[in-house]
Amino acid sequence: MFFNFVDELRAAGIPASFKEHLVLLEALDKEVIEQTPEAFYYLSRATFVKDEGLLDRFDQVFNKVFKGLLTNYGQNPVDIPEDWLKAVAEKFLTPEEMAAIEKLGSWEEIMETLKQRLEEQQKRHEGGNKWVGTGGTSPYGNSGYNPEGVRIGGESKHKRALKVWEKREFQNLDNTRELGTRNIKIALRRLRRFAREGAAEELDLEGTIEGTARQGWLDIRMRAERKNAVKVLLFLDVGGSMDPFIKLVEELFSAATAEFKNLEFFYFHNCLYEGVWKDNKRRWSERTNTWDILHKYGHDYKVVFVGDAAMSPYEITHPGGSVEHFNEESGTVWMQRLAHVYPATVWINPVPEKQWSYSQSTKIIKELVGGNMYPLTLEGLDNAMRELTRKKH
Amino acid sequence: MARFEGTANYVATEDLKVAVNAAVLLRRPLLVKGEPGTGKTVLAHEIAKATGAPLIEWNVKSTTKAQQGLYEYDAVARLRDGQLGDERVHDISNYIKKGKLWEAFTSPQLPVLLIDEIDKADIEFPNDLLQELDRMSFDVYETRERIEAKERPIVVITSNNEKELPDAFLRRCFFHYIKFPDRETMQAIIDVHFPGIQKTLVSKAMDVFYEVRDVPGLKKKPSTSELLDWLKLLLNEDMPLDVLQSKDPSKAIPPLHGALLKNEQDVMLFERLAFMARRQN
Repeated sequence: MFFNFVDELRAAGIPASFKEHLVLLEALDKEVIEQTPEAFYYLSRATFVKDEGLLDRFDQVFNKVFKGLLTNYGQNPVDIPEDWLKAVAEKFLTPEEMAAIEKLGSWEEIMETLKQRLEEQQKRHEGGNKWVGTGGTSPYGNSGYNPEGVRIGGESKHKRALKVWEKREFQNLDNTRELGTRNIKIALRRLRRFAREGAAEELDLEGTIEGTARQGWLDIRMRAERKNAVKVLLFLDVGGSMDPFIKLVEELFSAATAEFKNLEFFYFHNCLYEGVWKDNKRRWSERTNTWDILHKYGHDYKVVFVGDAAMSPYEITHPGGSVEHFNEESGTVWMQRLAHVYPATVWINPVPEKQWSYSQSTKIIKELVGGNMYPLTLEGLDNAMRELTRKKH
Repeated sequence: MARFEGTANYVATEDLKVAVNAAVLLRRPLLVKGEPGTGKTVLAHEIAKATGAPLIEWNVKSTTKAQQGLYEYDAVARLRDGQLGDERVHDISNYIKKGKLWEAFTSPQLPVLLIDEIDKADIEFPNDLLQELDRMSFDVYETRERIEAKERPIVVITSNNEKELPDAFLRRCFFHYIKFPDRETMQAIIDVHFPGIQKTLVSKAMDVFYEVRDVPGLKKKPSTSELLDWLKLLLNEDMPLDVLQSKDPSKAIPPLHGALLKNEQDVMLFERLAFMARRQN
């Protein structure tokens, strides 16, 4: 029973296993639910999905697998005419942006941008009822986003037209969504290396008991506290094209300072050159020589860059390419020097991954950090931290 | 055992009922997640009430170890008694303190065991409880006895998503995510908590509440429990209806906002919005 359901779930990246399948069958056998499609949907959801980030995917799979099997009482979700969508797009995109996208290419592209825009909107409106849903099969082709269900307006209007799983209420909980400080902290926690260092200030109970048993008198043993000993160098891009990401980067920064005891941070603009600074107000008067950093902090420091890597390629590849000053050596040279000293280096990019390939400079930077560029999403951070832990130094 | 249908003061949505009933009938742990204030912990209390079972609560903290849920062996007390020549020292079971799981396994009446905020503990904590929750039995090594549950207790686990839970642990649970209630469910929740309340007051208050939730840039959005607190305050203060009704933009801050906004930055945001509205007029 339902074998293809499990297969489809696994194909969609939901870690369903035989065990859960058996549980589902057992529950059906014990008549936990009344025999309605809704109850079956709820039961299978409670059995297979263990992460709210996957609920939306589950809804899609459920819809796909059981669509043919259920009558929909003659009420199909309504296709929205393309003109309406265009009108919506115009509402959220400036004419310049529309023109730029149209030049770039297709209607899909516009929809992609619209989707992002609406998602940003949603981030601020979180939990509100002005949301865009994507759902069902697409009348517009199969690439990525399905505009069939772009719905703007109240939830209740469509309630009867759509089944529970077709409503896809958990869409905004998907993993790839951008994140808050707390989520970032959890992702950063992957980068932990516990070690006992420093003064022996904590009672080592087990050692004391063992020592006492061996000696025959009370033998108090002390030990050092267990602390996260990982060391991090954080380089933050400021100004210009990074302005839209200030809030995200702020969150990342506050999470990082709370999470790592040994954290050093520096600012740079666009690309790393011979100088960085710690205080944006005094960025010209109080610079730190990049050589000093390379000499001062040991190989075991892990380096995290945060920047959009969006600039003219010359700013990286040519001496004198910097937009702010004359740099004697090119950004490439500095990036290579740094990568040589710190084998564990990652670049975190707040720009959505899909847009990276449009920018020449992003590709160059990605190459310079050995391909270790990650988007600033929960998943991206997670992968970045994994990469950093993988490298011993 | 009777099906869980919500109780006199807890409104359960259809999907929640299915998840609870599956967990109760199959005796597998139910893992509940959701925004703070949507009633995760209360759910366990209500399941206990509905099934007439005693509730055993285990509140997990960042320092909680899995072993503490089973039992603790007070080696230091025994050592001290040993040096003082106390008689109790010969019986090791004098120094074994029962944990919440032990209590739940040996409870004379089938209990509901609530493991609250499991994600607060160390990342390995859920893994350490795997066997015990699966088999509902564990060994006490000091006394060489095995504690076994006569009947598997109903286990409810809540998580605030601060840490990812291990896969193997999740496979053994049913999962439910309490999503933020829509207007209809919210209405039902309010009806349950304030039976005699004026309909117009509720409707106005809910307008204000959902508006507040929709304000962009709020650090902490108010949730169900805040709405209930706020309504209680409004009732206590006998707030006249027109205060809520007034569309006067200079009063953009809802009355008694302290119950809804828990963050001084959020209050400041509202004050700024009010100020801007005043200036526009």
